[in-house]
Amino acid sequence: MFSPTPDIPEDKVRFREVVLGGASWSHVLKRGSTMRIIDPHGGTNVSALFFNFELMVERYNMSDTLKAQHVAYLTTGRALYSDMGRILVSITDDTSGWHDTICGHSTAPLVERKYGKASFQEHRNKYHRNGRDSFLVELGKYGLGAKDLVPNANFFSKVTVDDTGGLHFDESHAKAGAHVDLRAGLNTLVVLNTCPHPLAPSGTYDPKPVHLVVYSSEPAGPEDVVRKFRPENDRGLILTDRYFM
Amino acid sequence: MSLTLSPLTPEQAIYDQVIEAGDGWMHEIKKGQTFRIVDLEGNQAVDILFYNAANADERYSAVDTIREQGAIYLTTGSTLLSTELNPMLTITADTCGRHDTLGGACAAESNMVRYAIEKRYMHNCRDTFLLQMAEYGHDYSKRDLTSNVNFFMNVPVTPEGRLTFEDGISDAGKYVEMKAEMDVVALISNCPQLNNPCNAYNPTPIRLLIWD
Repeated sequence: MFSPTPDIPEDKVRFREVVLGGASWSHVLKRGSTMRIIDPHGGTNVSALFFNFELMVERYNMSDTLKAQHVAYLTTGRALYSDMGRILVSITDDTSGWHDTICGHSTAPLVERKYGKASFQEHRNKYHRNGRDSFLVELGKYGLGAKDLVPNANFFSKVTVDDTGGLHFDESHAKAGAHVDLRAGLNTLVVLNTCPHPLAPSGTYDPKPVHLVVYSSEPAGPEDVVRKFRPENDRGLILTDRYFM
Repeated sequence: MSLTLSPLTPEQAIYDQVIEAGDGWMHEIKKGQTFRIVDLEGNQAVDILFYNAANADERYSAVDTIREQGAIYLTTGSTLLSTELNPMLTITADTCGRHDTLGGACAAESNMVRYAIEKRYMHNCRDTFLLQMAEYGHDYSKRDLTSNVNFFMNVPVTPEGRLTFEDGISDAGKYVEMKAEMDVVALISNCPQLNNPCNAYNPTPIRLLIWD
């Protein structure tokens, strides 16, 4: 049922979970742990937001993340920064190679336009869900709302920018078995959903599940892949460590 | 990159104000009014956010604007969309040609990460935003801060996903003009950043005009 994870010692695994396609999920990922997200079938999309659970007005900041690292996408060695100069999660391993940061999430009108209407009344739990409503529901459980719905990350989705600024969704990016490892820097509230990427081609509404593995991990050492990616990340890790001093 | 001139003249404007470098501005712009920002001395970055004047929970959304227009830069014809996907403003004239949606605003904390930990004490856009919101009232707070537009700022992204802050492509007297599609509140920081070329290392004043 679960994807195999031979590189993670079994005694480090805290729990595993299957998140269904089109579903919402949230968890406070504690400092000292890492969450692996696995795309078992290929072609999933995981829209995600991150908050400092102790100070929820501190949250993932797309702009600070991109400009600190001079990148427009996420992969191994990149950190997801809060607006307070701290690292919410770091990507310590990634076999996907590209995660979108700039396209936001799907909405109810967009999903209806692309996939048709499918209400709960008629389709029960196969009804069509969308990123925005899913975020609002999951954020609401923590007393958060529309003001906290900031630009999100989309794991496993690749969108490139051409020389004139135009966007291109890369369908060939989907890879069965790809995974990304997110190491908590703070006690980080992770809010995610597996609704379709808003630029995914139209067709059948068939959002794919993901497998999650939360496991104990070591803090970033001197040769850490995230620290070594850029000097900015060394300072980001220092500032994150200081928060706990 | 195509440039579009405006037929409007400053003599007809109902509002005309110069904002010095490092200062802020928070002001309502009514539906149907036209709003112009002039880069008086060239290569100035103007950080700006917009809110629905009737409900600040609805605000400018960088990612929704980017996705729906299918491109990351703003210029004439671009419509700035809200988090509810409603049009907030449409750019009607632009003599610069390209404006940034990704770079966001500088802050004491992001300056510590980007440049050096001792840069915490330099003036920055988020301090300006926070002070403007505190003085404006209406319960605006840090939760209302999100990825903003940077008018006149040049942040190219390559097909390989590299993002850089480059020298400005603006010049003295260049302007961008937009028509409000709803009653909006604009929040500006006239950027004081001295650590990168977004202001050509020399922050300068801007001029703001509004026409009915």
